[in-house]
Amino acid sequence: MRWRKRGKVFDTARDHPAGPLLYAQSPQALVMEDRVRVYYSTRTLDAGTGKYVSHVAFVEYDRSFSRILSHNSRPILSRGVVGAYDEHGIFPFHVFRDQDLLYGYISGWSRRKSVSIETAIGLSLSKDGGETFVRLGDGPVLASSPKEPFLVGDPFVLSTGEAFHMWYIFGVAWHQRAGQAAPERIYKIGHAVSRDLKYWTKPTEGVPIISDRLGETEAQALPTVIFRNGIFHMVFCYRAAFDFRANPENGYRLGYATSSDGLNWTREDGSLGMERPAFGWDSAMMCYPHLFNLNGQVHLLYNGNEFGKTGFGLAVLE
Amino acid sequence: MATWRKLGRIFKPQDHAGRPWMQAFAQAPSAIVMEDRVRVYFCCRPSPDAAGNYVSYAAYVDFDPQDLTKVVGLAENPIMPLGGVGTFDEFGTYPVSVIRVDDVTHAYFGGWTRCESVPFDVAIGKAISRDNGVTFAKIGSGPVLGRSLHEPFIISGPKIRRYHNEWYLWYIAGRKWISRIGRMEPVYKIRMARSSDGVTWRREDRDLIPNVLDDDEAQASPDVFFKDGHWHMFFCYRYSVDYRGKEKGYRIGYAKSADALNWVRCDENAGIGVSAEGWDSEMVSYPHVFELNGGIYMLYLGNHVGREGFGLAVLEGSL
Repeated sequence: MRWRKRGKVFDTARDHPAGPLLYAQSPQALVMEDRVRVYYSTRTLDAGTGKYVSHVAFVEYDRSFSRILSHNSRPILSRGVVGAYDEHGIFPFHVFRDQDLLYGYISGWSRRKSVSIETAIGLSLSKDGGETFVRLGDGPVLASSPKEPFLVGDPFVLSTGEAFHMWYIFGVAWHQRAGQAAPERIYKIGHAVSRDLKYWTKPTEGVPIISDRLGETEAQALPTVIFRNGIFHMVFCYRAAFDFRANPENGYRLGYATSSDGLNWTREDGSLGMERPAFGWDSAMMCYPHLFNLNGQVHLLYNGNEFGKTGFGLAVLE
Repeated sequence: MATWRKLGRIFKPQDHAGRPWMQAFAQAPSAIVMEDRVRVYFCCRPSPDAAGNYVSYAAYVDFDPQDLTKVVGLAENPIMPLGGVGTFDEFGTYPVSVIRVDDVTHAYFGGWTRCESVPFDVAIGKAISRDNGVTFAKIGSGPVLGRSLHEPFIISGPKIRRYHNEWYLWYIAGRKWISRIGRMEPVYKIRMARSSDGVTWRREDRDLIPNVLDDDEAQASPDVFFKDGHWHMFFCYRYSVDYRGKEKGYRIGYAKSADALNWVRCDENAGIGVSAEGWDSEMVSYPHVFELNGGIYMLYLGNHVGREGFGLAVLEGSL
């Protein structure tokens, strides 16, 4: 595949009228008639704890991504209630249109004592075209289960006409390594199905659907799927279990897999053609990809170095 | 109308030395009638850690079926270990409810994790035993019934039953956390789910029992017993704040149903209350009803929610 890289289309230091943002992570597109709205997660410091809380924002572009049209002027979603799965942040936020209805899938975070966090996937609905969303309930629609014990998150939903499919991640281990302050998490990509977008089942519960390239401690995240020319194409990101924040050798890069049935996948990272460049904003890390169709072409939004601290970029398939 | 004649406290964990994991508490009793004994599962705790935090283990004690006040056996070890790092039951397995189906013993338990903004969360796990209920293996390291759209946290208090090859799980689900100076207190309500395999559940997704105290009434231990064509539920309830003394502490309530789904609450028919003095003079809670040799018995907790063990009562009259 050959991609035309458009570079960083959103810069956290420059592109928001309220001033520099703390992160703009996991950009996800909603294509509209006269514009493209990109939802992303940004952060504020949580009073009292010194920790971050992620929340959802959006930026709108013209359909050629040549200029920014506007930003959200109101909070898109209220904060999760005390004790709930999404009390301490939403990241990522996945918007899915089903005919007239616009759903927002919430990857919600809540803090734990022995490990840093737990996550689960919740659901919200918009009645104003995606300006704001209201949760359908305070709890999640997809969470831990016997064979997926923790860290269910990163939802991506696709309709095949017969059913709705969700690709997501689930945790397989919290690894504690000697000399390291806190346990690190390992997660893999899983698959769930639904008829109503609310009640999901996991036909392959606990089974990673994408093979490992870095061994069994490889962490895989944020699957995004597009159906094109009779084949399902998945892009995701993956990294090593340890020392992945500052060391590019272990950091996030993009992976790729294809499937003819949406169930059995063949990993073909080499075919993607999106390697990290030698220099620049995405040279150390590429992560949190999002595929979408626009103007007849496949587009890819993604984050670069430092998990999206400085913004996100765009590439167009040629 | 039911009247329960109290037979006194029948198990006190402090009377049994040599088990550091059982320093205190014998909570949420759940009985299995075996050929030569009545095995009562309960949950107990070792001493708290330096920060004052407890963990909870599940174990059992055996009683003589001819004389239920006589202990004839006691677990040497907890029936299962706590969960690994980051899992739902890393910090406790409480309460536990046990049922026997053919040669396999099934345990459903509340697994405890510790959180930052609230002290804990609970989800329901499952474990099975093939050695007559002495040791149990979890079917997975995650829960079988955890948080869902309309049940956002504290999925706990499982009571497992099986009728006509269908599994019934009565349990509680958290509604909200109330902030009191220096303390977060949860409100939870009695709920129900059904299953054909005991693993995948269809939730009823509604509160089964109306409140009598106020909207924030906390309800627990929904213990269901089918007898003479009706479903009988004994449970316990209390205020959500300032409940650690007699005035607002746990009492045992009662509800009746013709179909296991729709319940009429009539606490006046519970037939059991706090005693004038003694180990259950401040509160009574966590009832569990079972049948033995034609008699109907209730196990229950007294003051301090079972810190010093559980007691027994026998039904006089009919349900």
